[in-house]
Amino acid sequence: MIEGAIWRRWVFFYFPLTAFIVALLFPFYWMVITTIRPDSELYRPWNAPNYAPFWTSHPTWVHIKDLLTETLFGTWMLNTMIISLAATAISLFCGLLAGYALSRLKFPFAGSLGTMIFITYLVPQTLLFIPLADIIRNFRLGDTPWALILTYPTFLIPFCTWLMMGYFKSIPKELEECARIDGATRWKAMVYIIFPIAVPGILSAGIFAFTLSWNEFIYALVFLSSPEEKTVPVGVTSELIRGDVFYWGELMAGALLGSIPVAFVYSFFVEHYVASLTGSVKG
Amino acid sequence: MAQVVIRSLNKKFDEVHAVKDVNLDIRDKEFMVFVGPSGCGKTTTLRMVAGLESITSGRILIDDKVINELAPMDRDIAMVFQNYALYPHMSVYDNMAFGLKMRKFGRADIAKRVHEAAEILGIQQLLQRKPRQLSGGQRQRVALGRAIVRHPQVFLFDEPLSNLDAKLRVQMRVELKKLHDRLGTTAIYVTHDQVEAMTLGDRVVVMKDGLVQQVGEPLELYNEPANRFVAGFLGSPAMNFATVKVNRNNGAIWAASAGMQIKVPPEFADRLGRYVGQEVTLGIRPEDLHVASAADPTELGFDVVVEVVEKLGSEILLDVAAGPDTMVASVEPNVRAKIHDRLRLALNPERLHFFDMQSEAAI
Repeated sequence: MIEGAIWRRWVFFYFPLTAFIVALLFPFYWMVITTIRPDSELYRPWNAPNYAPFWTSHPTWVHIKDLLTETLFGTWMLNTMIISLAATAISLFCGLLAGYALSRLKFPFAGSLGTMIFITYLVPQTLLFIPLADIIRNFRLGDTPWALILTYPTFLIPFCTWLMMGYFKSIPKELEECARIDGATRWKAMVYIIFPIAVPGILSAGIFAFTLSWNEFIYALVFLSSPEEKTVPVGVTSELIRGDVFYWGELMAGALLGSIPVAFVYSFFVEHYVASLTGSVKG
Repeated sequence: MAQVVIRSLNKKFDEVHAVKDVNLDIRDKEFMVFVGPSGCGKTTTLRMVAGLESITSGRILIDDKVINELAPMDRDIAMVFQNYALYPHMSVYDNMAFGLKMRKFGRADIAKRVHEAAEILGIQQLLQRKPRQLSGGQRQRVALGRAIVRHPQVFLFDEPLSNLDAKLRVQMRVELKKLHDRLGTTAIYVTHDQVEAMTLGDRVVVMKDGLVQQVGEPLELYNEPANRFVAGFLGSPAMNFATVKVNRNNGAIWAASAGMQIKVPPEFADRLGRYVGQEVTLGIRPEDLHVASAADPTELGFDVVVEVVEKLGSEILLDVAAGPDTMVASVEPNVRAKIHDRLRLALNPERLHFFDMQSEAAI
């Protein structure tokens, strides 16, 4: 908290905080208000006498209804959910084991291997999708969920590995040594001692991986073509923008509904998630 | 029944030769303390006994069985770590029960042993708590409890008291000693604190730079240190050292420096004979110095200037200068000495130590 005069508190704390919150939340507000505004208000010119961009006097569910009935939004949600969960599960499993090995086991080139994994994370997806497209075609996975379930881990595994490496390094080595003297094999020490302690780290890696796959756009755009296979980000943008016509109400409704699962995941795990970012094991 | 035998044990970490040719026989039920400054190889030796560090060369035997290649879990040992290493996600009960569960003990047997150990350590009321809800001393007890529930053949302690505050450390030290007397399990205890080593150990191993300097009972090490390092490491305040020249005069051997001239008692004369004309290191413990009275023979005294007076209550420590040498004398609390005072100190002739200048070995 800022010490001293009240004006200092306002200038250095409340005002910046308010500005920050407004900047963060305004897009969501805009999304909500656009979703529930009738088309007649949405397309009213700015110099019309009753122009009110930040408010609506006739809230309507029609855009949400249209989205759910006129498009394949439900299917997209299901696709995205399945793909995100599967990709997250694969990446967490690999990341957990790789992170443990790189931070705990002594083997030649452990350090440089860790760095190399990190470098693969730095290769931009906008470059990587070109060779990946070729691979997907050769394996005949195009236009199936597998195209994404198997390609998302290319950036999720390095990410999870690095996050878990850092977390495992913060867990004192003695805990594991003690467990091994207590009669646990390395595998048991890992399962009974290290992984339970690393739950906050595992959760945050999982949340991040889930969010990244949920919001992923380029691979989904390139590898999927039929409307019924699409994910939410691609489905909404490709089906609700036709030529130069933007169905703003439905677009925003799609964005709003599409962000609910992520928001839910975040708020559900926020306690663990914050704990893993702010500190590790309190002995 | 478990004796631990260490034969020609070596450990090399890449460039560093951390443990050099250590040979030790730790008897059954013995409380053996490894002491030495940090980096002396004591913890590495302990970790090799535990199986947490690979052995470069040499052998370790527990009860005549070579354990070099055994996994830590198969050595029937228990270890208490400096930072306690309690499992933070488990209750105290589960922490203590973990080792038993891993070894497939029955539920009833586990409960019995855990409660037994908890009673010995006075932590019955803490069994349901998590480690983070415990104080330092309580955590220490839980760590001990986790070690004793398994009734192992050997206890290994890696500086277990160094995270506690001074008062608690003294208290836990006494409890550890009692615990060992009660359980009678062979114990190896690593510490850098010479007081802990002296008070806890049946025998003490002093190590430096990976080498064992001396092994013996605490008072043996204190009274007859094998070399200058052991002499200076054990005892607080530390032993005083002064460089003196050995002379023969009127049939007697004298040790002389710029600030003192001492007639060496006959029992040392033989051993010092071959150093005549050479310099040696003289060692005197602070408690073997006292303010000279008329009864003290003049050839065992020397003049000093008081530089600092430390009144500790039960004794007074005088930091004095004898010519170029500075010394600490522990004197009776009724001595009235002020800074810059000139005094005459006398030494106890039976408790002199002499060390070779080159090898630093006791003469």
